[in-house]
Amino acid sequence: MPTRRTLIAAALGLGLAGAAAADEPLKIGFVYSSLIGDAGWTYQHDLGRLMVEEAFGDRVETAYVESIDGGADAERVIRQFASQGYGLIFGTSFNHMNPMARVAAQFPDIAFEHATGYTQDTNLAIYHTRAYESRYLVGMVAGMMGDSMGVVASYPIPEVLRGINAMTLGARSVNPNFTTRVVWISTWFDPGLERTAADALLDQGVDVLAHFTDSPAVVQAAEDRGKHVVALGDMAQYGETSHLTALVYNWGPYYVERTQMVLDGTWETANTWEGISADMMTIAPFADSVPQEVRDMVMAKKAEIGASEFHPFQGPLVAQDGSTKVPVGEIPDDMMLLSMDFYVEGVEGSLP
Amino acid sequence: MIDTALVLAILVSALRTATPLIFAALGELVVEKSGCVNLGVEGMMLVGAVAGFAIGLTTGNFALAFLVGALAGAALSLVYGVLVLFLMVNQYAAGLALTILGGGASAFWGQRWQGQNMRGLQPVEMPGLSQLPVVGSVFTRLDIMVYVALAAAALIAWALLRTRLGLVLRAVGENHDSAHALGFSVIRVRFAAIAFGGAMAGIGGAYLSCVITPLWIEGMTAGRGWIAVALVVFATWKPGRVVLGAWLFGLVSVMQIHGQGLGLAVPSHILAMLPYLVTILVLVLISRDATRIRLAAPGSLGKAFRPTA
Repeated sequence: MPTRRTLIAAALGLGLAGAAAADEPLKIGFVYSSLIGDAGWTYQHDLGRLMVEEAFGDRVETAYVESIDGGADAERVIRQFASQGYGLIFGTSFNHMNPMARVAAQFPDIAFEHATGYTQDTNLAIYHTRAYESRYLVGMVAGMMGDSMGVVASYPIPEVLRGINAMTLGARSVNPNFTTRVVWISTWFDPGLERTAADALLDQGVDVLAHFTDSPAVVQAAEDRGKHVVALGDMAQYGETSHLTALVYNWGPYYVERTQMVLDGTWETANTWEGISADMMTIAPFADSVPQEVRDMVMAKKAEIGASEFHPFQGPLVAQDGSTKVPVGEIPDDMMLLSMDFYVEGVEGSLP
Repeated sequence: MIDTALVLAILVSALRTATPLIFAALGELVVEKSGCVNLGVEGMMLVGAVAGFAIGLTTGNFALAFLVGALAGAALSLVYGVLVLFLMVNQYAAGLALTILGGGASAFWGQRWQGQNMRGLQPVEMPGLSQLPVVGSVFTRLDIMVYVALAAAALIAWALLRTRLGLVLRAVGENHDSAHALGFSVIRVRFAAIAFGGAMAGIGGAYLSCVITPLWIEGMTAGRGWIAVALVVFATWKPGRVVLGAWLFGLVSVMQIHGQGLGLAVPSHILAMLPYLVTILVLVLISRDATRIRLAAPGSLGKAFRPTA
């Protein structure tokens, strides 16, 4: 699947390299795992790229290659960028990690940035967002608009478990009897199966849907059945009345900051994991059906999280089995969050 | 926790899940009965999906959407037809190439449709059936294509066994040299079968983009074309068993998801495997007679036809 547009894109990259002017703008390359489309993971990265262009104008020149999944394809594209004078290269998918690390080792003078991975090097920085902060907020909205949530989930990895738990905690903070049920479909992308799972959850009587999968199928299901959904990325065009809000990744501020550093010559490797406080996470505009007091409460909590006055997983954090994971008054450390392997109270069923 | 309403909802969902598989697999069945293996079902479904969605969105006429989806699938299948029938390309390689080509072409044409929302084809009330006690409501919640798929299966089964056309098709697939010697045009019959297979795959794809999830996203078939190809083999080239296999697959897919929602304590990876496992197991069990399989399998399947005289 990944090969088809690579050639065209590579040719495009070549053209851009040839067109580089004498005063040499900083050339920035982006590697995307899917098509930009108009919603979803890659779209949100591309918004970040556009923000960089807007912020720096003529001083930068950006290029991107779409639908690069990983492996040899990714390595070729990244190497192409590196050997064509690109000074800053972003890999936006977990699967770009190993190819990027290999190329980075061969081009020590170029700044590489990789999203969601864990391999760092002197010229390879890693960055990720604290999506669970926004998950907590959309969970609050779900808790005020319904009594139960159905989650269409992909794989039981810590990132997804953090999200499920954060939404449940957010919902139960405003609605103590709120329950969550989860369906794992073992894929990030299968619109038909996502839809089947969403329909099943609605048939079982949940009020609000949420999803970790890529397509808008879950939003369409909620819209068709007159129920609610908190989406992954702003998918409001698929759910005029059902789409309450969504968690939104906001990569722009980070991309602008890192670009500035390369221009200033101050760039160095880093391990960034930021959320609402750094404006790397936010939520989509509320649906008309969300009452003002709900919006006020959620926005107040967003401000608290942004000011580090509140942590979604602060104690007391009680797991599904009743054991205390974080004692009262304590804030969990990042290691615990990164290896989360339990459901919190309020999630039904057992972890697969 | 499990009541009648839930069981009926599972049934509706299962029938919808099975329908695109039935269309695509029936098409592939006819192609294979003519002696060709077309592994490009996934690619043909994708072009059918994007074409069907484009027409459904712009005209709102779903009859036209399915027709254009069928034409798109058939058009793509002609590439395969030319490759294997005239250029004698290896059928498996040509089919794989078609899957890649269809994936790329649909993504290219689909760019402007990506991210558009549409109101899909709506269910119809089946007169008579919807009056049945208990299960009646199922027949108010299914769209017309679910019934069309079933009718297509019956029609194909009848045509294969009871008509001259079916006899010629089977003769060509069974032994193309003999059919050729008898004066039948092997190339023409196979070309028609391949186009029919493409059209059916296109309808299956359009069902995904017009009914199940009324939207277009690159790669949205997510492997259903391959399931259809496998169904044909496990159903030992019998239309009735294709339908049975697809329904079973749909039913187990939906049931395992409901099981998770209801808190069934089985690892989700095993549940995700179940539809494949159960479908294969049942189809293998009902068709375990080796002689009958040999009789059902087209004798010239996968072999290139080089006219001798």
